[in-house]
Order: sequence, then C-alpha cells, then structure tokens
Amino acid sequence: MEDHGSAALRRLLAALPEAVHETHARLGDATGVVEPSRVLDVLRLLRDDRELDFAMLTDLCAVDYLPRVPRFEVVYHLYSPARNQRVRIKARVPEADARIPSAVSLYASADWMEREAWDLYGIRFEGHPDLRRILLYDEFEGHPLRKDYPKERRQPLVGPRN
Amino acid sequence: MAEPYFPSPPLRSDDDFERDLHTEHQVLNMGPSHPATHGTVKFLIELDGESIVNLDVQVGYLHRGFEKECESGTWYQAIPYTDRLNYNSAVLANLAFCMAVEKLLELETPERCQWLRVLASELSRLGDHLTRCGAACLELQAMTPFLYGIEARELTWDHLEMLCGARVTSNYIRIGGVKHDMPSGFPESCRDYIARTRTLLRDFDDVVTSNRIFVDRLRDTGVIDRETCMRYAVTGPILRSTGDPLDLRKSEPYLVYDQIDFDVPVGTVGDNYDRYLVCVEEMHQSLRILEQCLAKLERLGSGPVNVLDPRVRWPAKGRVFNRMEELIQHFKSVTEGPRVPAGEGYAAVESANGELGFYLVSDGSAVPVKVRCRPPSFINLAPMAGMLKGAMLADLIPTFDFINMVGGECDR
Repeated sequence: MEDHGSAALRRLLAALPEAVHETHARLGDATGVVEPSRVLDVLRLLRDDRELDFAMLTDLCAVDYLPRVPRFEVVYHLYSPARNQRVRIKARVPEADARIPSAVSLYASADWMEREAWDLYGIRFEGHPDLRRILLYDEFEGHPLRKDYPKERRQPLVGPRN
Repeated sequence: MAEPYFPSPPLRSDDDFERDLHTEHQVLNMGPSHPATHGTVKFLIELDGESIVNLDVQVGYLHRGFEKECESGTWYQAIPYTDRLNYNSAVLANLAFCMAVEKLLELETPERCQWLRVLASELSRLGDHLTRCGAACLELQAMTPFLYGIEARELTWDHLEMLCGARVTSNYIRIGGVKHDMPSGFPESCRDYIARTRTLLRDFDDVVTSNRIFVDRLRDTGVIDRETCMRYAVTGPILRSTGDPLDLRKSEPYLVYDQIDFDVPVGTVGDNYDRYLVCVEEMHQSLRILEQCLAKLERLGSGPVNVLDPRVRWPAKGRVFNRMEELIQHFKSVTEGPRVPAGEGYAAVESANGELGFYLVSDGSAVPVKVRCRPPSFINLAPMAGMLKGAMLADLIPTFDFINMVGGECDR
C-alpha cells in the first residue's frame, strides 16, 4: 500500500500495517480504510505521535452504502493544527453487527457526533458514556438516514407525558 | 459556673460569610423556546441555589432531515436547503457545499467569480456577527445597541439582496460559479454601506464595550481554554478568543483569500468578553475585505462569473430557443441535473461560527449518496455544559449568545 505523500498515512502504514486495508489520496484528501476493531489504535497513534499531532477530530459521520457489503462506513476527519494537515480515516461496519469502538476517550468531540451517527444510522459506538438519540426523540422508531428508511414515512411526534 | 441560658452567638468571622450555603438541588427546564435563548434548544439544569451543578443541552427541535432531503434530489436541488442551515449567513453554507461539489467535479472557477464569492461571504459574515452581538445585548436587557446592530444588519441584507435577489435565503453560489454578476451601482452603494456600518459599529462600541453592566456580565463567564477547544474540535471565534489564530481563510486559503490583506483577531482568556471583542474586530476586518473586493472587481472589469462546463452550466437562453442540441442539453440539465463523478471529497470554509464543511460521496449518478454537513453550531455547542459547570444561572445567557448556536444549522 502506498502513502500517497501523506505523513499520516506513512506513519500509519509503518506502525500498524495489519490494521490498514487500503489507502488513497484522490482529490487531494489522504484517506485510510482501517479495520473497525483497530480504529482506536489508529486514532491514538495519529493523535499522540509528536510528528503528526492530530489534535482535532473535526468530523465524524456514517455513510450507508446499501446494497454494498459491508454496508456502513464510519468516517473520521482529523485535523492537525500544528502541522496544518488533514487525514480521513474510514472503517467499514457490517449491517448484522453494526458496532464500532467509541472514540470519546480520545476525542471529546466524538461524544455528540457519535450520538448523531447512532441516532440517524443505528451504529452502536461501544464504550460511549451516554449513547442516547440527539436530534430525534427517544420514541422515534428506526434510523432515518439509512437508505432503506423511506423518506415519506411519517411518525407521530410523541413527547414526554405531561 | 452554670451555662448562661441564652448563650451569646459566636462572633462571625469573614470565613463564615464566605462559606457556601448549600440548598437542595432542583432541576430546571429552560426551553425549548425560552425568550432569552435565540434558537430552539432545551436546557435541563440541575441547580444548587443559583449555581449550575449539571447541564444537559438538548438539541434537535429544528431537525428537518436536511441530509435525507439532499440525498433524494439532484446536486442542484440541495443548494436551497443549505440556505436554511445557518439563516444568518446563508451564503457561507452555499459556498461550502458548492466548493465540495466542485472538488468532486475538479472544476476551477473564474477569477471574477471567486472575488464575488468572497464579497458575498464577507457580507454574510457581517450579518451573522451583527445578529450575534446585537441579540446578545438584547438578551442582557440592552435595547439600544441591539437596534444599532440590527440597523447595520438590515443594510447588510439590503446589499445581499442587491447582489443575490434575496435578503436571507440567498441561493447565490452555484456549482461552478455564482448566480449573476453584481448589479450596476452596487460598488457605490456598498461603499456608502461600509461607511455607515463603521459609524454604527462605533456607536455600538460607545454604548457597549466599556459599559460596566455589559462587561460584568461577560468578563470571566463561559471561560474555555485552548486545550478544551481542541478536544471538542471547537473552531471560529470561540477558539480564537482563547488566543489560537486558527482561521481557514489563513491556514488553508480558499478562493482568493491569500491575495487579500486582513488580520485575524485573537483574545487572551477565552471568556465571553473576548468572544465579543473578537467578533467586533472581525466585522472591521470584513469591511476591509469588502473594500478590497470592490476595488479588485472594478479593476478586473466584466468577465465570466461561471465556468463554461456543460456538465454543470445551462446553455445560453438564446441558443436553447433556437438550436436542437442546446434544447436537449437544457432539458436534461434541468430534469436530471448534473452527474458528478464517483468519489468522495471534503471541503470547508471559515463560516461565522467556525469550520463549516461538507463531506460528499457520489456514485457517479445525479443524486448524492451522502451529503454530510459539518455544522459548527452543533460541534461548538457540545462543550457548553463544561463551560458552565459551577457558574451562575445568569451566565448561561451570554455564554449561549456567544456560542451563537443557530438551530437550523445545529439540528439540520
């Protein structure tokens, strides 16, 4: 696998070669696809390496690639203010076992963004301290950003009892 | 000796007066639409007297399924939805989305278009900061500065209307360009506007910046440090108020920001007062940028404001009415929309609240697979509970004001 000139990917391939499935840098975005169970090792390496110093987890989201297998992808966008560099880390998660370790212990910003990904895609972030719905209400059924959730489906806005 | 029947009370030392008096904790519901929280959000506050022990910020009241809607229409149909994210600065969301689509299409926009985009972005930023500072004063019971701010914002929106055709939902930035060039007479009018806004900002400054009541409410409230900002990925004026000069316009210059002379103001302690000062100074810097844009646009003279790429641009009307090929192309462009090459891309702009980015995934069809908005309002709101732990209930209002959560963008 190639590092495409990205210091982050080079370090990642040197330190955790078995955790990385593929890399690309199309359109200038250095991207690494990693094993979901090793995602915390990958993020910890990128955050704690003095040469990389990815101090910010800028964005975390999920993508539904139905009907592809594995169906979901969890996408992490990291930014290093000290080096002014970005890297994208992706982990593919199967539908039957939609779980991935939570990154809250490494990045506080993961807290709300993981809650959002759980809310809208139904991906469980294991070890998250408070995995509740965030944009929708507790009684909402299903996860609306999944491609098999029909856009027209309406649900009653049930709130807490008065 | 017998004890006196009425023992004299022990003398109170200063420590006794300083000691905290603990009360029974009570839970207070604030919101979902409390008058002092512009934006629909609910706070579940555990109070010890007037001190905040715990705070749960509950968002989502304005969730409209933005991403779901975008993923069921064409790439063009998503642009008006982006207007409705942060309705104080719609152009910035248009811009971030279009830049991400252009990244997937590998398009380079013409120079004149880029200057127009900067012009519209800075007008938008002014509108956002004026709303934030004005509304903050209003919520701290100061009506006059609010009116100064709103007068300046109305003038800002008048000029956005001249440029875009709408005050709030501009829908100005298009894939590969902008809707149209600025109208005749715009530069002169805009220069008057810049002068008037400077006067209004001075008036605002006179009433507010060294006003004892305002300063007391803002100083040392809602303090956040740089380290916490990094952990929470907080960007924009909140991060800059801690002294970190991170601004995408400088760190990763997009459009023509690298050719523009402007400064990035920073604070020192990261409290609400610093955030206020940073916002005010950013408005002065935006006015500077506007002047440079107007001068440059006049120097450039007329030129194309859109790319000449048939994938995203419609053919000229005259040709559509008179030629078969152009008619077919127009029909297909309108009904099917542009096809974007398969791939993924992330592009971000420095919005009024921080990094506003779009992560887009295309499978090569005319409908996006994924439109992810990285909303600064949502991400900047997450550390709010930590910022207010131990603070007084009244500190919640200015802190929430200067986080500047905008429901449309936070809840999408």
